[in-house]
Amino acid sequence: MTWIRKLGASGLFILRRMGRMGLFFTKTCYYLFRSPLKISWVLKQIWFIGAQSTLVIFLTGAFAGMVLGLQGFYTLNRFGSTALLGPMVALILIRSLGPVFSALMVTGRAGSAMTAEIGIMRISEQIDALELMGLNPYRYLVVPKLVAGMIALPLLTAMFDVIGIFGGYLIGVNLLGVGEGTYFGEMVNYVDMQDVLGGLYKSFTFGILITWICCYKGYYAGFGAEGVSKATTQAVVLSSVLILFWDYVMTSALF
Amino acid sequence: MIRIENLSKSFNGFEVLKGVSCEVATGEILALIGGSGHGKSVILKHIAGLLKPDRGRVLIDGIDIWSLTRSELDQLRSRFGFLFQSGALFSSLTVFDNVAFPLRETLKISEDDIRKRVLTALDQVGLRGAEDKYPAQISGGMIKRTALARSLVGNPKIMLFDEPTTGLDPVIAHTILNLIQSIHKAYGFTGVIVSHELSRVFQIVQKVAMLYEGVILTTGSPAEITASQDPVVRQFVTGSLEGPIKIR
Repeated sequence: MTWIRKLGASGLFILRRMGRMGLFFTKTCYYLFRSPLKISWVLKQIWFIGAQSTLVIFLTGAFAGMVLGLQGFYTLNRFGSTALLGPMVALILIRSLGPVFSALMVTGRAGSAMTAEIGIMRISEQIDALELMGLNPYRYLVVPKLVAGMIALPLLTAMFDVIGIFGGYLIGVNLLGVGEGTYFGEMVNYVDMQDVLGGLYKSFTFGILITWICCYKGYYAGFGAEGVSKATTQAVVLSSVLILFWDYVMTSALF
Repeated sequence: MIRIENLSKSFNGFEVLKGVSCEVATGEILALIGGSGHGKSVILKHIAGLLKPDRGRVLIDGIDIWSLTRSELDQLRSRFGFLFQSGALFSSLTVFDNVAFPLRETLKISEDDIRKRVLTALDQVGLRGAEDKYPAQISGGMIKRTALARSLVGNPKIMLFDEPTTGLDPVIAHTILNLIQSIHKAYGFTGVIVSHELSRVFQIVQKVAMLYEGVILTTGSPAEITASQDPVVRQFVTGSLEGPIKIR
């Protein structure tokens, strides 16, 4: 009987946490539409989440494209279809790899910092101080990050896709001898607007997902440095898993 | 006036407050004393509406704060000043911007007026010249004084002080308590102060309440508390090792 009780208690605990997460998101959306947006705070967050992530996006995009070019060429070569290297690299990047990789990079770079920042504000009573000034912490801390995530992620993904395609070009055309016209020409034939929009929709939802999870974990961080460190780890792990899960859901719904 | 009625609160099954009742008259400062971890800060957070009681209520000028809507509560809180134990300054803002923050965000006044009010508040706490420093660049005493300036800049009617002198050297601690006394004389706010600096705090408050094992054991004037023959109060005030207070 003890294990049944333990199982029930764990189930209730998980349900409570999920409810709290859902409530956190609902409140964030409520304050997003109800209160006027703090534009300067949003811009600051776009700078932090977006502009400061460009280097890591540039590097990962370039290497992901180069690997795709290399692997794709040897695979297609077996079937005598190296002419399709361009569309293959572009489709993989635009439809899935670009949004997922960008989201994972932003989670590691900006998401963890968001959790740590809000977590430290929680344990050092800065969030209480905000509330005591009659200011809503959701409006000041969470909403600007959410909006910035929704704007920055699609932009970073677009950048990742373009750099990745040129990474594939560098390997496929310059190193392995695929024709330049073939690489880009076939891409135009096989990649359509639905692919591009589908990728951008994904990254938009990833932007919401990352900011939601990371802000939530920081907002409810435990006590002391250990609490913040645990919250940061959990935020990164949970966001990463949910990004991959949500990618599957979106892929089956969109394409 | 602050009135606390039968306040109870538990954390993770541990009952910290077991029916606390007390009252602070308008313009009066109450010193809340008691052992560390006995729930003094928890009471302050209930008064400020940061924690919701399990049972009982907190009345500010006769209004139960948990009967208010969110916007009414925010409005009520604009009458509060709270000096946190850690200062709770925003680390990304300078001393000036920290003090100006509540004014910029809650009042529609010009930047010139904000500047005047902030500089006056910084003058009061002796921090003119430190406006451009960040919290990480100043001492613990300066952090407390900046936090005091921030809580005073909105001319609060109710001030709550959570261990304002903890971690400070005796001279700075004395300065902070003198500041609280002079500002109280100037503005006449209603206040609650949690502190372990009993001898000095007893000089600036009108009433003392001792919290012990989740309830208010006794209240009285500082003189009455000092002269109390209750063994718990006696042991706490004298700091004796012998007596009924169990060391946790």
